[in-house]
Amino acid sequence: MSVLVDKNTRLLVQGITGNEGLFHTTQMVAYSDIVVGGVTPGKGGEWVLDGKLPVFDTLKQAKESTDANASIIFVPARFAPDAILEAADAGIPLIICITEGVAVQDMMRVRTYLDQKKVRLIGPNCPGLLTPGEAKVGIIPGNIAIPGNVGVVSRSGTLTYEVLYAMKNLGMGASTCVGIGGDPVNGTNFTDVLEMFENDNQTEKVIMIGEIGGSEEERAAEYIRTKMTKPVASFIAGQTAPPGKRMGHAGAIIEGGAGTAADKVKALEAAGVKVAKHPEEIPTLLQ
Amino acid sequence: MKLHEYQSKTIFSKYGIQIPKGRVAATPQEAKQIADELGGRVVVKAQVLVGGRGKAGGVKLANNSAEAEQLATQILAMEIKGLPVRKVLIDEASAIDQEIYFAITDDRSAKRPVIIASAAGGVDIEEVAAKTPEKIVKVHIDPLLGMREYIARDVALAIDLPREYWREFTKLALNLYEVYKKTDASLAEINPLVITKDKKLVALDGKMLIDDNALFRQPEINEMRDTDADAPSEIEARKYGLSFIKLEGNIGCMVNGAGLAMTSMDVIKLFGGEPANFLDVGGGASSEKVSAAMRIILTDPSVKAILFNIFGGITRCDEVARGMLVAMDEVKPNVPMVVRLVGTNAEEGRKLLENAKMITAETLADAAKKSVEAAKKGL
Repeated sequence: MSVLVDKNTRLLVQGITGNEGLFHTTQMVAYSDIVVGGVTPGKGGEWVLDGKLPVFDTLKQAKESTDANASIIFVPARFAPDAILEAADAGIPLIICITEGVAVQDMMRVRTYLDQKKVRLIGPNCPGLLTPGEAKVGIIPGNIAIPGNVGVVSRSGTLTYEVLYAMKNLGMGASTCVGIGGDPVNGTNFTDVLEMFENDNQTEKVIMIGEIGGSEEERAAEYIRTKMTKPVASFIAGQTAPPGKRMGHAGAIIEGGAGTAADKVKALEAAGVKVAKHPEEIPTLLQ
Repeated sequence: MKLHEYQSKTIFSKYGIQIPKGRVAATPQEAKQIADELGGRVVVKAQVLVGGRGKAGGVKLANNSAEAEQLATQILAMEIKGLPVRKVLIDEASAIDQEIYFAITDDRSAKRPVIIASAAGGVDIEEVAAKTPEKIVKVHIDPLLGMREYIARDVALAIDLPREYWREFTKLALNLYEVYKKTDASLAEINPLVITKDKKLVALDGKMLIDDNALFRQPEINEMRDTDADAPSEIEARKYGLSFIKLEGNIGCMVNGAGLAMTSMDVIKLFGGEPANFLDVGGGASSEKVSAAMRIILTDPSVKAILFNIFGGITRCDEVARGMLVAMDEVKPNVPMVVRLVGTNAEEGRKLLENAKMITAETLADAAKKSVEAAKKGL
């Protein structure tokens, strides 16, 4: 078992003929045989990857023809809200939005609509999902992780790769790695994923990689303290970040004294979580 | 992106919210002329993008236009928290009965907009929230429905607004929500919203923050950008699509990915160093971006070493290394450089850079230690 995606996932790629979309589709197909087609308005009827994957004009057509159960989005930021809504409207239960830079008010409207539909959105501004050995849904490099029993959840991209790589070097594998993204308004938060890991048979331990800004880490700490039986190790990025400055991610900003790394570390430690001083130390805390 | 008071209030006014009569001035003479037009009794207000200007003496009442000119001379010569005052707003003085706080902002946790209101307006709202949280009213708005009249009445009741003002307040709430929505604001704040002696609701002061991710559809607002509060290096970085923030230390950092960039700063500090900046070169790390980043880092004379930390997942490390060599050729850096490359073709990349006399490292911890040493030792 794993969470969210496995070898039975049937994935569509929105923006499949764009630079990013096509590049990462090639990478995903090389890793696992889960991509069933893609969507680019105006390019329906074409094929990509030497005739291997069909392209459709709309998500509805694509869903009918392929029976897809997940969709990943690589379209530019200004089109991403519409792409998410299109997938939700076509009845896709799992949507992964890689695109970064989506306007916050758009995301608030999208999220409010999705909540009524019971659709699971991962992202935006995230690296996607990786169930090592089974399914790569996103841009996490496949060769830096091996299958195993550690669930990984993170707000960051390359920092997550760092941790997966450090795990691999210790012979430690991942059940699933979930990148929830660095935006202030996203589809899935830490607590949602911790709950999935808690209920997943394959996952025995969990690594949570947080950063400054917002209060999701504090909420996750509360969940860990009250509900979680599996051991959790963590790292919080941004201990040296000054208040009021946005550190790249739209969500990574210390506002009015809230969202500091120190507060998050304190909340996690109080919940029994081992918090690492630097990312390469995290996996050793679970050995 | 932050807007000035005068910019925010001009936008409010466009959306039907009443503001005091007034205009912005860049010289004392202009200030005098505006004060004359307004009848003499005016408030002279420094326009700077930092809080606490009142306490710093940047807001003063003038009884006549000569006084306005004199105060404008004073205030235009000021620096407030390091920022020069380039403009003053000259507003007609209002006779005030009551001051209210009223704002619409993003509530990240609730994933929707929230109204924040208080009968205790005109003061620092964060202080009110900390000391007397019961005086703060918060009401969420469904972003698919927007502001409704009943929501505004709920707020009016909660802040004990006299009934005679409810109709006007409802209109104002609907208008402020339009401002928030149409301008992609993350904050549209009126503090204070005043009830004047002649029984009008007037937005005496205004503050707006705009979502940077939405500026592509806000060309007019983008034009209003004031870069005084940004370091020149940050402005330069923005041109190249680099995410850069200047800090106080002496170890420059160039990293791909925001989370990893923050982490690299943290690890430098952990091993006794001080980062000179936050810099995310993004996914591609092309030679053009790398050389721009290198130049920007080196414009800071306090930089004594640079740490490169690139996790090449899908980007190949040998390509990144070649980009760095091209950049070094152009920029000719004169400080030691520590490089850590991980990922696809990392070995090849490292060899290329070792030949160029860069210090290489295997792990992030190792790279941080080496850069701290290098900053002490120099070339």
